[in-house]
Amino acid sequence: MTQEQTIENIALTELLDKVRSFRASKHRLAQICATDLGDKYELLYSFDLQGKLTSLRTYLPIPANHSLAPGSAGGPTTDATHPHLQSISSIYGASILYENELHDLFGIQMDGLAVDFHGNLYKTAIKYPMGSKKAPTPTCETK
Amino acid sequence: MATTIIPFGPQHPVLPEPVHLDLVVEDEKVVEARPSIGFIHRGLERLAEKKEYQEFVYVAERICGICSFIHGQTYCQAIEEIMKIPVPPRAQYLRTIWGELSRLHSHLLWLGLMADGMGFESLFMHAWRIREKVLNIIEATTGGRVIFGSCKIGGVRRDIDPDTMKTLLAQIDDINKDMHEIVNVFLSDRSVKARLVGVGTLTKDEAYDLGCVGPMLRASGVSQDMRSLGYAAFNEIKVEPIVRTAGDSYARCEVRCGELFQSVNIIRQAAAKIPPGEIAVKVTGKPTGESITRTEQPRGEVVYYVKANGAMNLQRFRVRTPTFANLPALLKVLQGCDLADVPMLVLTIDPCISCTER
Repeated sequence: MTQEQTIENIALTELLDKVRSFRASKHRLAQICATDLGDKYELLYSFDLQGKLTSLRTYLPIPANHSLAPGSAGGPTTDATHPHLQSISSIYGASILYENELHDLFGIQMDGLAVDFHGNLYKTAIKYPMGSKKAPTPTCETK
Repeated sequence: MATTIIPFGPQHPVLPEPVHLDLVVEDEKVVEARPSIGFIHRGLERLAEKKEYQEFVYVAERICGICSFIHGQTYCQAIEEIMKIPVPPRAQYLRTIWGELSRLHSHLLWLGLMADGMGFESLFMHAWRIREKVLNIIEATTGGRVIFGSCKIGGVRRDIDPDTMKTLLAQIDDINKDMHEIVNVFLSDRSVKARLVGVGTLTKDEAYDLGCVGPMLRASGVSQDMRSLGYAAFNEIKVEPIVRTAGDSYARCEVRCGELFQSVNIIRQAAAKIPPGEIAVKVTGKPTGESITRTEQPRGEVVYYVKANGAMNLQRFRVRTPTFANLPALLKVLQGCDLADVPMLVLTIDPCISCTER
């Protein structure tokens, strides 16, 4: 059985206004998902209202000089070449885990994040394992 | 007042799986909880890009060791929706029966862990004794106890013959009787109530705004259950969500207890209505398109996003598990609680961390 759902394509600049309108109409944040398309990330924000799922799809361009080199250990990644995305945590507080995940797995720099784990939500052997350009795999040194 | 930070987990007697909380404590009150996960991140979403889409059902089932069947089922539903595969009605009913058996054993596991967490050892043993009977049914009908391996794209791998179904229903009656006895203790015992009533209250608005799902949401008065979307056989078997309004730990326990009997009722209805016929259709071709699919796991709504571009491997596979959605609410209820109540509150969301981290 097909579940009732719609996906609305919007410009990145419209995102916050759209999310505010969902908040005003009492939608529940169901999930945030990113997909690496090579030159950009496809972002999908899904909201539920009484069983009906509505998703917003927008694209975040990846800068041409983007490089996902590891940041300082345990510290925030402030590399200016990382793609930046405005957080929706001021509108939906529950987005903090999704947005920290976007940072930790994809290397997307979140701006205005209410609770920033500074890259410590996921402990991965490879930094940003789902990002478009992978950091080098760590190697073990033997004596 | 001076604050102290107490590390809680990742190894702790009440935690079946690793999650870490830094508890900022003033005297005996928790003023803030800072979570840290990622101890068992397995990169399963990335693995979808390397496995063939039909083969990936096995991986989806292994996202979680408790709600494994429903993970496999949700993944299959997502692919079936993209490829417009008509799943035989009998397979839909079989999926419903196994899904509800999964809910039974998951809730009984939770009740046992809850009893163990509050030091009620005999109740813990009784809950798990009954759970063992559910696992025996699952083993008899699928060959597996936790990972069934019985769901596949286009249907299911195994059928339940009429004799086995009759035995199953007799065993379910026995389990139902046993469950009444322990649920009576969970909901009436003075010591259980002392630990749960009024502890970790989440209002209806808070639960909704924090994105809660499943029993956590329903215990705060929001009537939402993804089974009402009508997947599998739920378009013919109607489910009325079990809802409580108190929003405390006791209400969450009440909801799960109520869902035990609801699952028994669904299994009986499915067994009575199951139509004869094929249990699977042959699947050929490669998927192109995308789908967001939701089902109701024991812990709440799970969201699967699957995107395929005509290759044998998926372009994107994303899972948002119920525990992931319930973590912000956990942090909320921990604020201002007594330090001694932290283990109970962590348990009341029924945390499944391996699910969460994928």
